[in-house]
Amino acid sequence: MMSSTFDTVANIIAETCDIPREKITPDSHAIDDLGIDSLDFLDIAFAIDKAFGIKLPLEQWTQEVNDGKATTEQYFVLKNLCARIDGLVAAKGAA
Amino acid sequence: MRIEYFQLIDHIVDLDLDGRTIRVDAQVPQESTIFEGHFPGHPLMPGVLLIEAMAQTSGWLVIAATKFERMPFLAAVKEAKLRSFVIPGQLLSITAKLLHDGSGFAVTKASVTVAGKATCEAELTLRVMPFPDPRLRANMEEVAARIGFPKEALAHG
Repeated sequence: MMSSTFDTVANIIAETCDIPREKITPDSHAIDDLGIDSLDFLDIAFAIDKAFGIKLPLEQWTQEVNDGKATTEQYFVLKNLCARIDGLVAAKGAA
Repeated sequence: MRIEYFQLIDHIVDLDLDGRTIRVDAQVPQESTIFEGHFPGHPLMPGVLLIEAMAQTSGWLVIAATKFERMPFLAAVKEAKLRSFVIPGQLLSITAKLLHDGSGFAVTKASVTVAGKATCEAELTLRVMPFPDPRLRANMEEVAARIGFPKEALAHG
């Protein structure tokens, strides 16, 4: 994970949800630890999509969690989220 | 405007999927029970209905952008400004621009003008999901036909 990705995401979360920046760590779970609900996460997704020029596949992730094919930790622990952002950015660059 | 049915849009004037914009007309009725209460002697189109009109305008844009496969639902209203009174009988010209087409959501910037004068605006977030009930989709298709939804736009790339 590029540290700049985490910094960007953490800053977005801090500003969007009014959460103290120091409380946001790579191991934070956006839902369970930071208390971010689905509506606030839309704001975060909007800001992340704009900042990185990507489209977070939230519908696909939600479906996978609902179907038991993935856990929320895989997508919403911030270090994992950032790794997926890096992957989407790399895929866009390779396209 | 079928104000009591919350169907506020009368006519799609322009839909530009390349520019990701829409413009519609909405005629505020001369009479409605709403104006009897809001307010006696000083009838005004409620601000929440102006916001709803902007949301519905944004919604038709999202429906077009998703080729009538998804239904938008209003989720957030930001930076809403109601700049002047709207009274019975006025014609609203409402525009919306799709700022972002996210996964399961969309963000638009919408505005209303009356006789060329900026009247209100807002940034709106809509949840976008498959139609939850076939009756809703059927009803939306009926409304689409009534307001001149350009079906040919759905064939667009």
